[in-house]
Amino acid sequence: MANPTPLTPQGYLLARTRWHPLEIAFWLATLLPFILFPNYLSLASQIAITALFALSLDIILGYAGVVSLGHAAFFGIGAYSAGLFSKYVWGEPFSGLLVAAALAGLLGYGTSFIISRFRHLPLIMITLGLGLLAHEVANSAHWLTGGSDGLQGVRTDPIFGLFRFDLYGKTAYAYSLAVLFIVFLCARRLINSPFGLALRGIRENWNRMPAIGADSRAHIRKAYTIAAVIAGICGALLTQTTNSASLESISFQRSADVLVMLVLGGAGRLYGGLIGAAIFMIARDQFSGIAPQFWYFWIGVLLVAVVMFLPNGILGGLSAIVARWRRK
Amino acid sequence: MSAIDTSASAGLALSTRGLSRSFGSLVVARDIELNLPVGARYALIGPNGAGKTTLINLMTGMLAPNSGQIVLGGQDITALSPQARVKLGLARTFQINSLFAHLNPLEAVTLAVCERRGISPRFWQNIAVNKDAIEEAYDILVRLKLGDVAYQPTRELPYGRQRLLEIALALATKPKVLLLDEPAAGVPQEESGDIFEVVASLSNDLTLLFIEHDMHVVFRFATHIIVLVGGAVFTEGSPAQIAADPGVREVYLGKRHHG
Repeated sequence: MANPTPLTPQGYLLARTRWHPLEIAFWLATLLPFILFPNYLSLASQIAITALFALSLDIILGYAGVVSLGHAAFFGIGAYSAGLFSKYVWGEPFSGLLVAAALAGLLGYGTSFIISRFRHLPLIMITLGLGLLAHEVANSAHWLTGGSDGLQGVRTDPIFGLFRFDLYGKTAYAYSLAVLFIVFLCARRLINSPFGLALRGIRENWNRMPAIGADSRAHIRKAYTIAAVIAGICGALLTQTTNSASLESISFQRSADVLVMLVLGGAGRLYGGLIGAAIFMIARDQFSGIAPQFWYFWIGVLLVAVVMFLPNGILGGLSAIVARWRRK
Repeated sequence: MSAIDTSASAGLALSTRGLSRSFGSLVVARDIELNLPVGARYALIGPNGAGKTTLINLMTGMLAPNSGQIVLGGQDITALSPQARVKLGLARTFQINSLFAHLNPLEAVTLAVCERRGISPRFWQNIAVNKDAIEEAYDILVRLKLGDVAYQPTRELPYGRQRLLEIALALATKPKVLLLDEPAAGVPQEESGDIFEVVASLSNDLTLLFIEHDMHVVFRFATHIIVLVGGAVFTEGSPAQIAADPGVREVYLGKRHHG
C-alpha cells in the first residue's frame, strides 16, 4: 500500500476511515432503482433488507471470525416480534423496529455466553443447533406465530403517518434503504472504532489476544449482541414491508443463504455482504423465472468457483485486481 | 487462596513456589522455586525439552499447574486468567511469532495499547480520536526501530522485524515483568545481537527473564542464570558460577551446545 510519507500516525489512521469516492458512488447508485426500475422496487426492498442481514453477519464472521449457521434465528425473532407488535399493540413502524431490535438483542446477549466459549466446528454446530431450535419453537407455537400458515393480520401504518406502503414498493424501498444506510453508518463506525480493531485482532490471532491483556470473550459477546440487534431489525423490515411473517424468515435456508451471500461478496469488507446480497437476489429473481428448481444448481457453481478462485470473495478479487493494476 | 508471606516476597517482582505440572507420567515442571528481584536480567537455559517454555506458559496462565503458587508483586496470581495477569503487569513474547498478520505494526500495537487503557470496548468512537494511545503505540515502534515499517502489513515484514514486533506488542501492555521466549529465535546470528541490544536498552525497572540458547548472548546480557533440566531447576547462579559449574557443563554445555 502506498503511503504518503509526511503523515502522523493519527493522521494515517484517520485517513483510513475517510469516505472513498467509490463508496459515495455506491450509495448514490442505490437510488437508481427509483428511476430506472420502478417495477422492481419490491425486489430492491428485499435486496436492501437482505444486504443489511449480510452486513450483520459480517460483523461477527468477517471481523471477529465467528462462523454462524443459525443467524436467521435473530432475523426470525425480529420478523415475528414486529408482526405481533403491529397486531396487538399498534402499527407504527419505527416503534416496531425498536421492539424487534430489543428482543433480538436480548436473545443474542443471552446466547452470546454460550457462543463466546467455543470456536471452529463446535461453534458452527452450536449456532446451527440454536437456529434449528428457534425454527422449531416458532413452528410449534402455532397459537402465537401461526406456525406453517404464517402470521396473519399484520398491519403496518404509514411512515410518519404519511407514506403508505404501496403496491409498487416505493415506500418499502425508501424505508428499507433508509434503515440500511443508517445502520450501515453505525456499522462503519464500529469497524473503525477501537472495538472494531479488537475484533480484527480476534480474527487474526485468537491466541495472542489474552497475551496483550484482551478479554476476547467479552468482545465476542458484545459483537454477537450487536449483530443480533441488526438481524432483528432486518426481520422487522421484512415483516413491515410485506405485512406478513412466515417460518421461512427463521429457517435454516435463510441462515445458509446469508452465509453464501457474504462469502460470495467477500467477508470482512463491509460492502461484501451488500454486493453479495444484490448478486444473489438478482440472480435468483432472474434464474427462477427460467427454471425455479434449478436455481441452486447455479448458485452452487458460483459458490464453488468464487471460493476456489477468489478466496476473499468478489470484492476481494476486485480490490486485488485494482491493487495489481496500480502497482504497474 | 492461601495467605502470602509478604515479607518473603518483598523486593521480588515475580516468584513461584513449588510449581509442578505433569501430563500423565511425564513431568514437565517439578517443584519449581523461582525468585525474580525487581529489575532482574535473568536467563533461563537448559537442553531442549527441559520445560523452559512450559514454565513461561505456567507463569502466564496459559497452562494451569497441578500444584504450586505464582506470586506477582506480592499478589497470588495462580488462579487468574492470562489476560488478568497481563493487566497486573506480567507480559510475555512467543518463541514462534504470534502476530496479527493482516494488521500493520501501528494497528497491532495500538490494539494492545487500547486494551491496556481500557478503551477497546468503545464501538461508537473513531479510533483516530485516541491521539494519546496512537502516539504511545508509535513511540514504542520507534523505540524498537520499527517506525519506518509502521504502516506495512505485518506479514510482509522481514523476519527479524517481526521478532521485534513480538517485543513491541508485549511492551505495549506496560509490563512490570517481561518473559521473553527466545527473542532471537530463527534470526541469523549477526542480527540476534540487534535484538538483544533492544532488550538491554529496556528500562531498568522492568524485570526480565529470557530463554536463550546462544551462550555468548546469555553471558553478555544476563546477571543471573537459571538452569532447567527435566522440568526441575538444576542449579542457578551468576554467569561466572554457571560457566564454572562442571555439572552444567556436563548436562548442557558439553553435551548439547547450541551456541
